[in-house]
Amino acid sequence: MINATLKALSQQLAAKAISSEELTGQYLDRIEALNPEFNAFITLDREKSLAEAKNADAARARGEAGLLTGVPLAHKDIFCQQGWKTSCGSRMLDNFISPYDAHVVEQCRLAGLVTLGRTNMDEFAMGSSTENSWYGPTKNPWDPAAIPGGSSGGSAAAVAARMAPAATATDTGGSIRQPASHCGVTGLKPSYGVVSRYGMVAFASSLDQGGVMAQTAEDCAMMLNVMAGFDRRDSTSIERAREDYTGQLASPLAGLKIGLPREYFADGLSADVARVIEAAVAELKKLGATVVDISLPNTELSIPAYYVIAPAEASSNLSRYDGVRYGHRAAEYHDLNDMYEKTRAEGFGTEVKRRIMVGTYVLSHGYYDAYYLKAQKVRRLIANDFVAAFKQCDVILGPVAPTAAFNIGEKCNDPVEMYLSDIYTLSVNLAGLPGMSVPAGFAANGRPIGLQIIGNYFAEAKMLNVAHQFQLATDWHSRAPAL
Amino acid sequence: MKWEVVIGLEVHVQLSTVSKIFSGASTAFGAEPNTHASAVDLAYPGVLPVLNEAAVERAVRLGLALGSTINLKNVFARKNYFYPDLPKGYQISQMDLPIVEFGTLTIQVGDEEKVVRLTRAHLEEDAGKSLHEDFHGMTGIDLNRAGTPLLEVVSEPDMRSAEEAVAYARTLHTLVTWLGISDGNMQEGSFRVDANVSVRPFGQAEFGTRCEIKNLNSFRFLEAAIKFEVERQVELIEDGGRVVQETRLYDPDRGETRSMRSKEDAHDYRYFPDPDLLPVNIDPALIKLVQSQMPELPAAMKARFIEQFEISVYDASLLTASLEMARYFEALALASGQGKLAANWVVGEIAARLNRDSMSIDACPISPERLAELIARIVDNTISGKIAKEVFEAMWESSDSADAIIDAKGLKQITDSGAIEAIVDQVLAQNTKSVDEYRAGKEKALNALVGQVMKASKGKANPAQAQEILKQKLAN
Repeated sequence: MINATLKALSQQLAAKAISSEELTGQYLDRIEALNPEFNAFITLDREKSLAEAKNADAARARGEAGLLTGVPLAHKDIFCQQGWKTSCGSRMLDNFISPYDAHVVEQCRLAGLVTLGRTNMDEFAMGSSTENSWYGPTKNPWDPAAIPGGSSGGSAAAVAARMAPAATATDTGGSIRQPASHCGVTGLKPSYGVVSRYGMVAFASSLDQGGVMAQTAEDCAMMLNVMAGFDRRDSTSIERAREDYTGQLASPLAGLKIGLPREYFADGLSADVARVIEAAVAELKKLGATVVDISLPNTELSIPAYYVIAPAEASSNLSRYDGVRYGHRAAEYHDLNDMYEKTRAEGFGTEVKRRIMVGTYVLSHGYYDAYYLKAQKVRRLIANDFVAAFKQCDVILGPVAPTAAFNIGEKCNDPVEMYLSDIYTLSVNLAGLPGMSVPAGFAANGRPIGLQIIGNYFAEAKMLNVAHQFQLATDWHSRAPAL
Repeated sequence: MKWEVVIGLEVHVQLSTVSKIFSGASTAFGAEPNTHASAVDLAYPGVLPVLNEAAVERAVRLGLALGSTINLKNVFARKNYFYPDLPKGYQISQMDLPIVEFGTLTIQVGDEEKVVRLTRAHLEEDAGKSLHEDFHGMTGIDLNRAGTPLLEVVSEPDMRSAEEAVAYARTLHTLVTWLGISDGNMQEGSFRVDANVSVRPFGQAEFGTRCEIKNLNSFRFLEAAIKFEVERQVELIEDGGRVVQETRLYDPDRGETRSMRSKEDAHDYRYFPDPDLLPVNIDPALIKLVQSQMPELPAAMKARFIEQFEISVYDASLLTASLEMARYFEALALASGQGKLAANWVVGEIAARLNRDSMSIDACPISPERLAELIARIVDNTISGKIAKEVFEAMWESSDSADAIIDAKGLKQITDSGAIEAIVDQVLAQNTKSVDEYRAGKEKALNALVGQVMKASKGKANPAQAQEILKQKLAN
């Protein structure tokens, strides 16, 4: 049961082989057993979860059950959920009980999904290791000495350890794909605009996207059907015809053109990862795909461009955390400025403060043109690289990270070193394209390695098709750590 | 040393949309604190702005009325600073690409007309209110106002006196209420003026250092503040000092401007385009639609009234102070066919009564058609102008027609010579002193006798006839 996919669980619930209450109880028991070690969840509420499960069972009894009614799900602690602490992994929001539901949470609730709990993350989504959380690091279920990746480390670990069959997550520079890769689960970030950002606490507004982690591409497609769609409360939400993301899963890959960017296979890529990706590509060729050599010349510029734009937007988005209306407020202060300074000094962790300062700097008078404006221009070049590339291929494949997961504590004192490992994922957010990570193998040390699939704008279905066909031919995605 | 005064005004006009510019909360004034503030206005985690198109339409309306350029593509930008009444820690405004640019406003100072150029007008959200006086040692924050749409109208530094500045402010105020884009209620903060004031020796090309006086919400304060500031700057310079560029507040109790002791002057707002909002793309069809629905503007209407109804420039100015007033007058003038009389009645009795009852013209209980009947009775001599005022008062309190009231009160003017003669005879008999004085050569005694005839007839005798008959009888 515990290794069941969303699809399988949906079928079991429909067949009344198990009730949602029983099923949810089983997951909660497993969480109770494993979470103390792995710290994937920040907040749990057994009563609330079981109440939701009972409601789902009642709906089913009334004949009102949908495809995912009663299926348990974890939410990254970045999606506002009414009545639940929504902390974003930060002391600043440790006392914040959200008064409203994010669009994503609302959609999941309407689909009948049951909340298992709220997962750990790098504070305000800033980080690649989930070491920047006020609630302590999350451990990689494959190897507790390793990071799970970040910022959606809690969601990835929850799925990897089978504490949840699926979990919502967000990706601003790789925060779904990289932890999915490090934890051996399937992760999907849709095109910018596909999933509403309403209620998704903002880090970098032009880069943030909500997505999902699950065991399979098919599960991700089912979840995307629930999460995607126009929301007028988000001005950057795209209005387009509704799509069934499971619609193309079964299409054969014959004739598929896979682009391999030569910049993704240069120095810096570890031997382990290179081996796994090559094997994956070989597998896809067996399924009928052909490989095209492409170039994304501005790949290297994605790091400085991202680390100018994201902090800039974050510095502004996080100004609202001032202790005035909600969240943390310093206990003692003697005037307004003192309150602001103490509240924010106490409420924010080191990485968040670092990025706020960088962001403030690049937007400041005299530096705006050289940094922020310039970075946005470079961003356009990066996007143009992809537009040109997609004229030659249908999907782009490559690694997610240069190595498998490093150890907890290994890079947290060297932020730039940490930033450099985002090289393969950042461009996708800068361009607003959809991307996935699909389990594809293991490093020599047993830590998982994922294959990145990048689709063209709004071509999530095609991307899922490639992932699904790969998963029909391989079994990396069904491996789980023995816990 | 002769000093030239240079003034530019930035006016914040609150737009009369039903809901806020980026949220669905109500813009209605006067609610209990923090009851008209949604999660978006309170800047909760995860909330996002959504543009209220009615604010865009109102901005276009003003832009067209000013002959401005409407930037079909315009962009919202974040203006970043920390203050408790600014929940997000930034204000959504417009920087590089405002919705409206250029344009002019013609003002009248005395008999002189002057064209003031506009730099730009941009959309932005209002901040909340900080209440410093009502709490001991604390400041209360009311976020009802946070998110109300503002149109910030910026003029070129074209004004050269406090009078010109006030004329500009008044003209702009009339225009925004005329167009229906703002209720213009200055006590409620719907129209707030910041004045940028500097001085320079006459003939100097460069501008002097300017100071900004913020948040003037009455024309009286605007004039007083500018006058004080000019004097302050001139005195300072003449004493050998230099004007420091700063933001100042006007203290109406002391009649002086004071420096705002905040670090705001050193502010770097770190403007950047708001990534939560798409660039605004205005459909040219909207421009056409707004243009087609544009009412006749005050200046055009005023000129037309002068020509069409042959009224004075002064009266025309008063009658075009608001669109409602102008429409009332025009309806009255057309219904009665008496332009000048209509002007007198609106500017006189109507205005006085509205003022007394603190009413606006749209609440006037006498319709133009009903009042036109009264005017007709003056013109056809049924009643005198003086009696008409009595009838008017009665018409205000009831819905009766002029005729009905004249009949009911028996106010018809006496024009029958026989009847007047009878009264005249009576008056002459009872006022022998005046009769003797008149016959002795004192002309004024006639007026006294006429007065007596009016009194005896309870004001109903036709005064001209009464006077004629008196003269005849006295000549004998």
